[in-house]
Amino acid sequence: MSSAVLRMPWLAYQKIFNKTIASQTRLLSSVNAVKKDDVQTITTVDKSDVEFFSNQMNHWWELDGPLKALHSMNLIRIPFVRDGLVQCSPAERNLSPLRDKKILDVGCGGGILSEGLARLGATVTGIDASKDLIAVAEAHKVLDPRIENNKPTYYNITIEDHISKYSNYYDAVVASEVIEHVNNQELFVKSCVQALKPGGRIFFTTPNRTRLSQLLVIYLAENVLKLLEKGSHQYEKFITPNELTFLLERNNCHVESVYGILYHFLANSWEFVRAQSLMYAMQAVKLN
Amino acid sequence: MILNTQKFLLKNLKNTRKLLNIRLLSTVGDEKYKGNYDVIIAGGGMVGCTLACAMAKNPLLSSLKVLLLEGSPDKKFELKPEYSNRVVALSQNTKLLMSSINVWQHVENMRLQPVRHMQVWDACSDAMISFSSSEILDDDVAYIVENDVLLHAVNTELNKTNNKNLDIVYGAKIDSYKLPTSTDRELKSLVKLANGDAYSCQLLIGADGANSAVRRAMGVQYVSWNYKQMGVVATLHLAEETENTTAWQRWLPTGPVALLPLDSKRSSLVWSTWEENAKELLKLPEEQFVDALNDALWKQYPRSSAVDACMSWVGGCLRGAGLADGAARQLPPSVRGIAPASRAAFPLGFGHSTRYVAPGVALVGDAAHRVHPLAGQGVNLGFGDIKELTELLADTVYTGFDITHPDWMRRYESERQKHNVPTQLAIEALHRLYTVDFPPVVLLRSIGVQVTNALQPIKKFVMAHAAT
Ligand SMILES: Cc1cc2nc3c(=O)[nH]c(=O)nc-3n(C[C@H](O)[C@H](O)[C@H](O)COP(=O)(O)OP(=O)(O)OC[C@H]3O[C@@H](n4cnc5c(N)ncnc54)[C@H](O)[C@@H]3O)c2cc1C
Repeated sequence: MSSAVLRMPWLAYQKIFNKTIASQTRLLSSVNAVKKDDVQTITTVDKSDVEFFSNQMNHWWELDGPLKALHSMNLIRIPFVRDGLVQCSPAERNLSPLRDKKILDVGCGGGILSEGLARLGATVTGIDASKDLIAVAEAHKVLDPRIENNKPTYYNITIEDHISKYSNYYDAVVASEVIEHVNNQELFVKSCVQALKPGGRIFFTTPNRTRLSQLLVIYLAENVLKLLEKGSHQYEKFITPNELTFLLERNNCHVESVYGILYHFLANSWEFVRAQSLMYAMQAVKLN
Repeated sequence: MILNTQKFLLKNLKNTRKLLNIRLLSTVGDEKYKGNYDVIIAGGGMVGCTLACAMAKNPLLSSLKVLLLEGSPDKKFELKPEYSNRVVALSQNTKLLMSSINVWQHVENMRLQPVRHMQVWDACSDAMISFSSSEILDDDVAYIVENDVLLHAVNTELNKTNNKNLDIVYGAKIDSYKLPTSTDRELKSLVKLANGDAYSCQLLIGADGANSAVRRAMGVQYVSWNYKQMGVVATLHLAEETENTTAWQRWLPTGPVALLPLDSKRSSLVWSTWEENAKELLKLPEEQFVDALNDALWKQYPRSSAVDACMSWVGGCLRGAGLADGAARQLPPSVRGIAPASRAAFPLGFGHSTRYVAPGVALVGDAAHRVHPLAGQGVNLGFGDIKELTELLADTVYTGFDITHPDWMRRYESERQKHNVPTQLAIEALHRLYTVDFPPVVLLRSIGVQVTNALQPIKKFVMAHAAT
């Protein structure tokens, strides 16, 4: 039993996710309520001092810190996006496989994935509904010399608003660990797809909605093991691969691949597996 | 406000960086700091040089700034008619690796000898096992190559590649290392040479052989023992000219004596025996040495009649089951003489580093694992390390991660230990099994060998493992 829980992918980071940054759980509630929350967030940031800010910074960017699972998740989600966009034999590989690719990182948070993709040469735009997380991302992007000439651009904006300017614009849209926090998933998917160029690809990673994930993630983790605060997750917001496929197809996309994802808690490592019952990654292409 | 905060933070971080560098440099003191590299390879033996070459030829790794430090001077290589007494048996996988980095063709242009048969037999019984390339693999069992030739082939390719990001310093005696601790924000190792020069790097690779100082600096546990044995090597002139593509190995109670083919008339000797015995062998006049060697290859050792009886019974059973039981025995060659001054002896030992990696540091080759030469596996394990390491590192870089990312290093360690440790243990077990002449043990090992020899699938398995 416990080993199953330990393997639970997102549990580890969700735990701290919720504990430390209150605004974070709000961050992706997308569509409604965000604006109001955000005003509060801004005031907290304004009132807060340097220490608060650098705490946030450490919180997000300490590789072995509270969000270490999110950092280590780059081990699978970067290859997932990279290989979904470019496929070449080992001999043809180069250090900037994503050069000339415009990628939108929806719900970029402190920029962990955005910077990772920028390192591969991609022109990355990160958007997040939380102003203080965008501030963290902005502050951090100047620190890595390897993206000195290719820093991501960050906007504190929702996807729905972002597409008013950037419609049919991106080669790829990435929504990693986001859709399970969104209120109106239909609108979310529609907006994400709208940001994509025809032929562009969209990448999701998210927990599945299964009895197993309900048992392990919600009941066990919140009530028995107390790994998560009560109410961290709403079971109803989890989306199954079938539902996500349906939403994508309704928006003129063709699903190209789905993989299960497993997190090894003790090793802090991630792995693509066949079973999709806990968490999965989905890649789709926008048809013309 | 946010902007101010950011600026403050940035300044702070930049200051810490500066501080870090100053601290690192201050440890250098008045020594000559010569610069920073992405990777420093400590030790330019066969394994270290091959790593440098494999990195220089990999499109993802060739832009890394690499420094190769080798303690010995840069010797000008010249292919002499006389063979070197230091040779290695290279496996098919090593050939594959060397071909993939263009090195094999240079070896072929110089010289190598394919091994198509292998015969291993017991001095204390009739047990023997033979491998033939035709029956086991579609290809040669192994290739005998002189260490110098291989090294020169690697260097030839390195020169051809002319990678501007690779620096090589010969005669660079490394004096000490300062490795990063896991709490250091920036992983950086410092390498100091005996002449006072100092270098720093993100990733330090210890390819400095069985006595690795990098390994000592890592402070890892090293399981090792000395066999109190030495390997006596020499270049042998055979009594008869033959095709000479068989590797011979006879198990004596003192250890194995092996003849590795070099050409139609010459073979290379690796004779493992107790230290005192080895020293005596080195002192013998050449003629007497040849006699002692022929004795070792041919002499009947006292046998246990019980063992012999059991063996012929098992042989009968195997024949009854339609299995060849080793009747295809070939006679080993006789040795006519040795190349002048080609005798030497090397200490043999077992060594296993419980960790191959530490933050920003990795071990390859004999620095990580040392085996008895009885199976001719030593350097092949090291080349296996190189293949794995370069693949994982290239993958890491292709994903945009730092070259010191713990994930690839952990994988490297676990993948290689999964292969190396069982191989080392198997070699160790063989060694122990054969350095006794106690009849029950002789009987068990003899029957084991006899049955293995008769059963193709097991033989194939043994061969396949030895080839990797
Ligand atoms: C008698 C004998 C027979 C063998 N036969 C076989 C065989 O048939 N097949 C096989 O696969 N293997 C064989 N081996 C094993 C094989 O020789 C080793 O596995 C191989 O040499 C290991 O290569 P390496 O590059 O890891 O280490 P080494 O060859 O030991 O190279 C280490 C290098 O590091 C350098 N170095 C060390 N310390 C420093 C320092 N402080 N500063 C600067 N440079 C330094 C040294 O100068 C050296 O060049 C045999 C070994 C022996 C002794």
